[in-house]
Amino acid sequence: MSGGSDPGSGPDSEASSGGDAQSDPPSDADPASADDPLTRVRESDVSLIVGGFLALYLGYVLVGIVAGLSPRGIFATVTQLTLLIAIYAMLTLSLNLHWGYTGLFNIGIVGFMAVGGYTFLMLTMQVAEPGVRSAGGLGLPFVVGLAGAVVAAAVLGFVVGLPSLRLRADYLAITTIAMAEIVRYFYQSNAFQQVELFGMSLGTGGGSGLVGDSTTPFDRYVYEAGWSEGLVDFLDETFRISGTLGPPIETLFDAIVLLVVVAGFYWLLKRTGGSPFGRVLKAIREDEDVANALGKDTGRFKMKSFMLGCALMGLAGALYVYFQLGNTVNPTVFRPRLTFFVWVALILGGAGSNTGSVLGAALFVGILFRGPLYVKNAVENIVAFPDSPATVAGALGGLLSLDPVPFLAFLFDNMGSLRIILLGVVLIVLMKRRPQGLLGHRKETAAAVPLVPTETTATGGLTPGSEGPEATDGGEPGGGGERP
Amino acid sequence: MSSADAAVEKGAEEEPTLELGVETADLAAVPLRVDGLEKQFGGITAVDGATFEVERGTITGLIGPNGAGKSTTFNLITGFHRPDAGAVYFDGDDVTEDSPHTLARKGLVRTFQIARELSEMTVMENMMLAPKGQSGEQLWRSVLPWTRGGVRAQESENLERTWRTLEFFELDHLWNEYAGNLSGGQRKLLEMARVLMTDPQVVLLDEPLAGVNPSLEKRLLEHLHELTDLGYTFLIVEHDMDVIMQHCEHVIVMHQGRVLAEGTPADIRDNEEVIDAYLGDDL
Repeated sequence: MSGGSDPGSGPDSEASSGGDAQSDPPSDADPASADDPLTRVRESDVSLIVGGFLALYLGYVLVGIVAGLSPRGIFATVTQLTLLIAIYAMLTLSLNLHWGYTGLFNIGIVGFMAVGGYTFLMLTMQVAEPGVRSAGGLGLPFVVGLAGAVVAAAVLGFVVGLPSLRLRADYLAITTIAMAEIVRYFYQSNAFQQVELFGMSLGTGGGSGLVGDSTTPFDRYVYEAGWSEGLVDFLDETFRISGTLGPPIETLFDAIVLLVVVAGFYWLLKRTGGSPFGRVLKAIREDEDVANALGKDTGRFKMKSFMLGCALMGLAGALYVYFQLGNTVNPTVFRPRLTFFVWVALILGGAGSNTGSVLGAALFVGILFRGPLYVKNAVENIVAFPDSPATVAGALGGLLSLDPVPFLAFLFDNMGSLRIILLGVVLIVLMKRRPQGLLGHRKETAAAVPLVPTETTATGGLTPGSEGPEATDGGEPGGGGERP
Repeated sequence: MSSADAAVEKGAEEEPTLELGVETADLAAVPLRVDGLEKQFGGITAVDGATFEVERGTITGLIGPNGAGKSTTFNLITGFHRPDAGAVYFDGDDVTEDSPHTLARKGLVRTFQIARELSEMTVMENMMLAPKGQSGEQLWRSVLPWTRGGVRAQESENLERTWRTLEFFELDHLWNEYAGNLSGGQRKLLEMARVLMTDPQVVLLDEPLAGVNPSLEKRLLEHLHELTDLGYTFLIVEHDMDVIMQHCEHVIVMHQGRVLAEGTPADIRDNEEVIDAYLGDDL
């Protein structure tokens, strides 16, 4: 309560990273580290992400080497892992806009993905003549398909948001999850399985889904372009991956493309968050009435944020269909658990942090989702388990006679289901121990200019933060280092 | 408390550099008029035909026993509730149907009974949120590279104003602190500072002094007087009679949803009805 206890020296102390502020609240700031460029690099967002990815890869490679997996196998695993991480990172980033920034409780992610994925396929599949067994598409280019996915998901977001964004947060949750199920059942129903229109066979494919052109992106954009051989040779020599390199290289290509898209998502959402627009979103998250009382049309802001996030989820859905599912889609892909996986990733990484979203996606996919299966493969490569007991009773029976082998065999045999239990346990521990997630400190300042006092401001003058205008865009918020 | 005095001096000497203040020359003398407001919640009549005026450049007190309908009146004026009957006029226009954000943009802003700081935003972010007409609040402007320059320029401008306002309220040393980490009194200060960033004409303060220690209360009141001198108008709900009697030019007493009495503090003090209302209720 001793605000301004020393008005005379106030201006000087504020320049030194809010020295006064430290006395009042608990502070974990280390003023000495603020000036150390190495610390800043270490703490910067990009290095956090890159470091996280590298650590994950290192873990996979080490486990693979210890287990004696083939380099080709490890390579394939890691590239597939990257692909999936990229998809989840896009979804988590979009969800972070909804929940981390605006406080919109969207648990219908998978619905927007489905609309994006289906729209993409229905636009880009080859035109099919009437009377053909399965439905075709409009034969439009890839980019048009993506644009269509974005627009369709945004429109769905608008329709869902119109009645429910005015209501309290829980109602949005109910509406979105219901919407996701409606979308899935819509695609599953045979009402529009195959419709003949304008001399074309169109449709949603019903329960059997849609199968697009099977040419992989790599084939289309690299192999047919003719520069794949040199690339394959180069990678073969560099990583000494013996044998033919088909699928892993294709996956690597896909993964790199998707990582570039993730970078685009990150850039877009970082900019959105770090702007006056993002500031209003944060205010809505904190207290919508206050934002309203300060003259912000919160309804419009919520709608914009919601539609943007939905559009990005639609884009992620389309890319998921194209890159991960091999340009095919069927309704069972879009079951609600996908939504909750994305939520787990966001909670892991920390809601409110874009960097945390990407890291959360990497950790979720790398450790919780794919990790157990990989470890299982690795272990089974070393140890040959006897046939596992068919029931829990059989597995525990072995333990009674002090023979852990049946139990372990049972565990490993059921790793696919057990990892979901692991997921739940991790969530519970996280909620108890670190509810804000890894990076959920919400330190990403929302302003288009650094909100840092300069010497001139401190002495009652003008032009604060007039230098380093790019600082909020990429690097450390608030000019770096100052973390009270 | 010596620092409070120093604070006032500091505020006073910096006054000319503040970009605070309202150009009152061509504005109506009565910015806010409330006519026959009524509001029922279920079977309870919370406000029952409240009618009063608030004069420009004054601190007007709105008092009354608990349940007199003061907070509901606030909500009705600022658009958070819709009245069942009656009208609110701001600057001569009927604004009864306006939503809170429209009213705030017109210059009629409120604070809340319990300080509602945006706790996971820094003091600076709290302040920078408030200015109206921010071009960067349009999504495309703040995202597209070639429109961002204008946004930045405006942000820098607002930032300067923010610093000066923070200095006025002596919150500048807390600029990078999360609002949730502030003390109760600092939150009240922050809320008032934030409201001023919206360029208001009339500010409705709902119990601005509740939970504020005496020295800070003194400072807040001094701030209020400085601000009324600058042309701002305040309507205050407050339970502390001493504050009302000493600092308000005009006092409105509400009882059972109606305006019971109106006048200068001296008039109110001697009003038998008012005394009855307070003694008869809960005092």
